[in-house]
Amino acid sequence: MITADLTPESGTTMPVQRKRSKIPGWLRGVIWAVVAIGVLSTASYSTGVAALTSSNTAHTALRLALPILLCALGGLWAERAGVVNIGLEGMMILGTWGAAWGSYNGGVWAGLVAAMVMGALGGLLHAVATVTFNVNHIVSGVAINLLGLGVAKYLSNLIFAPISGNPRQSPPVPKFDTYSAAGLTDWLTDLEKEQRVVISDVAGILRGLVSEVAPLTMIAILLVPVSYYVLWRTRFGLRLRSCGENPVAAESLGVNVYRHKYIAMLASGAFAGMGGASLVLLKGGADYLENQTNGRGFIGLAAMIFGNWRPGGLLGGAALFGYSDGLQLAGGGTAVLALLYGAVILVAIIVVIQLIRKQWLAAALGVIGAGVLYAIYWTQDTLPSDLIPYTAHFVTLIVLAVASQRLRPPRADGQPYRRGED
Amino acid sequence: MTSWRTKLLPPLLAIVFAVLLSAIALIISGADPLDAYGTMIGQMFKGSTSVDTVNLATVYYLSGLAVAIGFQMNLFNIGVEGQYRFAAVVAAIAGGALKLPPVIHTVAILLVAVLAGMAYASIPAVLKVTRGVSEVISTIMLNAIVAGIIAFLINADQFGVQTGNNIGTRVIEPSGRIPGIPIGQGTLFGFVFIAALIGVAYWFMLNRTRFGFELKASGESTTAAAAGGVNAKKMTLIAMLLSGGVAGLVAMPELLGRDYNYGITSTQMYGFTGIAVALLGRNHPGGIALGALLWAFLDTSAVSLEQIHVSKEIATIMQGIIVLSVVVAYEIVRRADLAAEQRRVGRALAANGRKGASVAEGGAV
Repeated sequence: MITADLTPESGTTMPVQRKRSKIPGWLRGVIWAVVAIGVLSTASYSTGVAALTSSNTAHTALRLALPILLCALGGLWAERAGVVNIGLEGMMILGTWGAAWGSYNGGVWAGLVAAMVMGALGGLLHAVATVTFNVNHIVSGVAINLLGLGVAKYLSNLIFAPISGNPRQSPPVPKFDTYSAAGLTDWLTDLEKEQRVVISDVAGILRGLVSEVAPLTMIAILLVPVSYYVLWRTRFGLRLRSCGENPVAAESLGVNVYRHKYIAMLASGAFAGMGGASLVLLKGGADYLENQTNGRGFIGLAAMIFGNWRPGGLLGGAALFGYSDGLQLAGGGTAVLALLYGAVILVAIIVVIQLIRKQWLAAALGVIGAGVLYAIYWTQDTLPSDLIPYTAHFVTLIVLAVASQRLRPPRADGQPYRRGED
Repeated sequence: MTSWRTKLLPPLLAIVFAVLLSAIALIISGADPLDAYGTMIGQMFKGSTSVDTVNLATVYYLSGLAVAIGFQMNLFNIGVEGQYRFAAVVAAIAGGALKLPPVIHTVAILLVAVLAGMAYASIPAVLKVTRGVSEVISTIMLNAIVAGIIAFLINADQFGVQTGNNIGTRVIEPSGRIPGIPIGQGTLFGFVFIAALIGVAYWFMLNRTRFGFELKASGESTTAAAAGGVNAKKMTLIAMLLSGGVAGLVAMPELLGRDYNYGITSTQMYGFTGIAVALLGRNHPGGIALGALLWAFLDTSAVSLEQIHVSKEIATIMQGIIVLSVVVAYEIVRRADLAAEQRRVGRALAANGRKGASVAEGGAV
């Protein structure tokens, strides 16, 4: 531990002054949304695949994006406090069990609370291991994934099996009621049916997002600005983030690093548990089912990294993965092929930007990539049906490969910290 | 202070702790812990269970070695799961299609498996080295994708053969198989010896070659190794490829010793087990072997718990607790050793008065 301060990462290098971009964060988000809708409606128009912007796709995408979004938020809270949380998957599994148990016994809200408590217990265990005992964060996360799976299976066998007759499944549980903005949806339905370019596309996406919305969905989306406010605009948030950037400095300024890390891990686990609840308690989702999380905790972590450890960014990441997952479910192979066409348009735009910036190599690579994608689109009628369900995973890999060079994780992320040792 | 205490105490502590905690879980579910543990141990002497345990441990051992190679370089290769499954399906297809004389056929299949594992590992390796993509995230994605690739490859339209309800690759001819050794009611995989050889090779590479030294050095500190002329990016690439190559062999004991083809229903999750086994064994080839045996014992004997109406998930919980308590136990023992060392130096200083402790006792030179 004593030799740690000899490495250049921890303190000896000065932070390099970066060129600040003039565009504020929210505006960049709006620009990305406009570009995405523009690309999608162009692709939808020229390929004739309506599923790209249908309300059905948007609705499915929202439902599938929720668990990913909540896990990504859980990852954000943990990693901003300097704890790498790869145990999100296990905490999420605990959450699915808690949601089914609570909802079966005391209604949906009890289910949500039970899910959060179960997830937070997983977070607490991770905090005890990583903060108090300085266990390698990834090791502890892997163990929690194992434990979460084992505990959920065990509890399900103990409690659900006598009721449902199946140890892998819970009995049917109550789900959240859904609400639609009545006047707005009718108007959007009419607009979508008119099949006008762009307007109908936007109406379709909007209708999918505002019709049949559950309270849990609203809470989850509200949690993004709330997390931003708490972490970036309050004294508590500043202290929490300082634990993830430079815990020694934080401690010297009187911040109780251990306590902040513990709080962050409790929040992180609760969010992951909520993510599990969103799989169980929303209409259209299964009741508690073994292996229903199916790696979503990990995708949530990827969404957070894609979003550069920022709330707005991870919202974009969750939307991207939710959308590609929803699209393959709602539209199948032809829709994914049409998405390739959209990707070609997007790459073309990026190539133009790179040419303006005189980044010749990047532009050349972009042209090659676009050419390959277009060749696939042109020569194939549909994609192999066995690979379609993994669209979101492919998109994740490609996006990370293209985008990850400008990411900056919290500086002390995953580093062991012991008070007084450094 | 690498005494027997620092090496042996933590795993023993962890196992005792896990046994106690699982006993609590057993009592809650209304079972007698002593009865449950007795049944699990008694199961070892029934039928072919002990041979099955060694066979399964062979698989876990290879998986643990693959993960441990990555750990040496501070690389977290979660992707062993995807790499071994990709290699298994590719090797099974190649083995079923090839017509070669014995031995050469087997060697060819193993070679294909190693290369396929390396190929699948090269994706996260190249992404990490050229684009800085975290290998944890990319390998998780590739682990998920591999299920789709397998389904695609063993589809009847590509290389699959339908037999009854099961779709799998073409069965490998006897010339490509590795014969086993019949013991009691079971058959011990011949691959056990190959796995042991790989363990020796791993130990030799790490402790007796320049490459192993450079690998460990850049795992300890990239900057220090770079100052010594080691190219960290190159080491990352090589470590990941080696790890993938060994991962490619994980499914081979079962493929060439028992199943002879790879199907939709073939077992999975060996890669994740490898992580736990590598942790238990502290990346030491001997330790990994013990960890693999313990893990395999828990897996094979858990089935017997059903006889006394205890859910066998208790074994999964036990495995999770063992991993967590092993790492915690190492930390506790390390801290205790550190404190003992400080006390010893303090005593030596007090005894010698102003002269200071001798170097052997930890004093300044």
